[in-house]
Amino acid sequence: MSTATQTRNSVDEFAAQFEQLEKNETFARSWFHPVRKAALARFVESGFPTLKDEEWRFTNIKSVTSTDWAAAADDAKSIGKDSLAAYCIGEVAATLVFVDGRFSAELSSTNKLSNGVKVARLADAMESDAKKLEPYLGQVLAEKDNAFALLNTALVQDGVYIFVPKNAALAKPIHVVYASTCNDRPTASHPRTLIVAEENAQANIVESFVGIDSGSSLTNSVTEIVTGAGANIFHHKIVQESAEAYHFGTIGAWLDRDSRCTSTNVCFDGKLTRNNVEAYLKGEGGCCTFNGLSMLRDEQLVDNHLRIEHIAPHCESWQYFKGIYDGASHGVFAGRIYVHDDAQKTDAKQTNQSLLLSDKAQIDSKPQLEIFADDVKCTHGATIGQIDEEAVFYLRARGLSDTAARNLLVHAFANETLNEITVEPLHERLEAIVLERLP
Amino acid sequence: MALLEIRNLHAQVEGNKILRGIDLTVNAGEVHSIMGPNGSGKSTLAQVLAGKDSYEITEGEVLYNGKDLLDMEPDERAREGVFLAFQYPVEIPGVSTNYFLKAAVNAKRKHNGQEELDAVDFLELVKEKAALVELDSKLLNRAVNEDFSGGEKKRNEIFQMSVLDPTLAILDETDSGLDIDALKTVAHGVNSLRGPKRGMIVVTHYQRLLDYIVPDFVHVLLDGRIAKSGGKELALELEAKGYAWVHESPETAAAAS
Repeated sequence: MSTATQTRNSVDEFAAQFEQLEKNETFARSWFHPVRKAALARFVESGFPTLKDEEWRFTNIKSVTSTDWAAAADDAKSIGKDSLAAYCIGEVAATLVFVDGRFSAELSSTNKLSNGVKVARLADAMESDAKKLEPYLGQVLAEKDNAFALLNTALVQDGVYIFVPKNAALAKPIHVVYASTCNDRPTASHPRTLIVAEENAQANIVESFVGIDSGSSLTNSVTEIVTGAGANIFHHKIVQESAEAYHFGTIGAWLDRDSRCTSTNVCFDGKLTRNNVEAYLKGEGGCCTFNGLSMLRDEQLVDNHLRIEHIAPHCESWQYFKGIYDGASHGVFAGRIYVHDDAQKTDAKQTNQSLLLSDKAQIDSKPQLEIFADDVKCTHGATIGQIDEEAVFYLRARGLSDTAARNLLVHAFANETLNEITVEPLHERLEAIVLERLP
Repeated sequence: MALLEIRNLHAQVEGNKILRGIDLTVNAGEVHSIMGPNGSGKSTLAQVLAGKDSYEITEGEVLYNGKDLLDMEPDERAREGVFLAFQYPVEIPGVSTNYFLKAAVNAKRKHNGQEELDAVDFLELVKEKAALVELDSKLLNRAVNEDFSGGEKKRNEIFQMSVLDPTLAILDETDSGLDIDALKTVAHGVNSLRGPKRGMIVVTHYQRLLDYIVPDFVHVLLDGRIAKSGGKELALELEAKGYAWVHESPETAAAAS
């Protein structure tokens, strides 16, 4: 069987799942149905990308597109609180847990939220808050060429809706956990988070993607972030999927004037992870920051693709992506800064730093600038290297053993990203994982 | 027994002979200054003593407290009490001076069979020593040497030296790039560490530093050999007459033949 036929088949499989869902009247009569249908049509037309697509040429997803992914059962599988304990973070305003994309009431908890802040299941909000969701859900991304995001729009069943009204600030973070489990048939889930922050609102959101047991799974997530004028959103995405898991996640952000969005992405586990980021700086004075840290081993692959569009003038964007690659792991970074012709006084920077700890590890780094305005400051840079031997000597000359010195330097490299994490218990947990993984 | 005994030390890098037979004895309580023009091998000697592996030792030996120093790993030397203040201290983003220095102090204490310091005791020690070189203790919570000024980096070296309390301290051009006030501060820190149990080697290009750290002995290094040795007055003579004078002196001619 040729690859093309296989790809066709997995596309057909998802299309068949859509038809199955359409038999449900609530699904078919929802205001969101036309959006889904259009997304599915585009997805079926374009199919999954292959190595021939420029944006996918370093990441082979044949093993994903040639699998018949089953839809998850209607009810959340019971997995027990203990299996999640390692991923939980203390002092949160709410924890919402989804198992294979299905909401688990048993594992979730929400404290009383004040100031009109709303944290709800997306499935509920789509009905109760339709008018509020309609301008954003499925609209933030320019999904034309993102097969996975299109597929999510078509098939999304649940997820989280977070609404922070004008001038409201959430003191504690909201934790969303999307857990994948091992099922009889390889199972796909398509969860979605929508974060809407109104004027001058503030919130801190953590999304954890975790694998509960080994086994093949596909998580295809979308996170849409809308920051109103002067709003400030901190977002964290942690990927700790199981060793056989595939993760495709798209983050889309719309930034209105003088708003800020800071998103930090940390990847530890999973067989293949692709993170897409699309940010649109639509109002003057907006500022977005995307930080990333991958710490990989064995044959893991993490691919970070970012596209930052400077549409309005006087905006800033920062991308800091770091990777620590051991074993035969593979990192991909492609960051594109796109400056529209009106976006004068843009200040944008992207850096990609990679630390290769083994001869077999590999990194493909592709920073890109496309600039159509003439008064801007854009810089990009990539460094790829081994541990700095001068620094090792410096530390050894102070008494640290060779191993201790090397570990300290890897730890330091990771810390530069982890120090950006504003949720202290999360920072501590991630730092502990880094320390545990040092040789 | 001498603290440090260097005998006929030869070292090269990529086939370039840099040290061509160094003999030097440092006893506890002594401060030796090594002077010399650029390229004479001063920094190489300092780095070889600290254990930098980019130099190949082709001949000679170095005894430290009677033990074969060249046979020890750099970290073992440090734990045994050898300290090198770097000419170009390395920047280490992501790790604070306090964090790494605590690891260093405890590595040494463990080596000496002492109990490791806890956070409270360590901070107390650090506070006291930072004051000695007028180093803002806030700097110690910042990444090692990152965005430090030249003077701050050098003061950080002397600060680390005082915390680690070495038996043999080697200062590699600690004065380079310092203004006169910073130089005085650094020298004050160094002088306060002088003592009967500690030996020091102060490598410098300029006599100026020796106005503040007055050495017991001065050695002039030329082309990888000690061409002239003397007391502190030799430094002044060098200042007045220049290194060329050593080249021309009869002693040097004899040593070179």
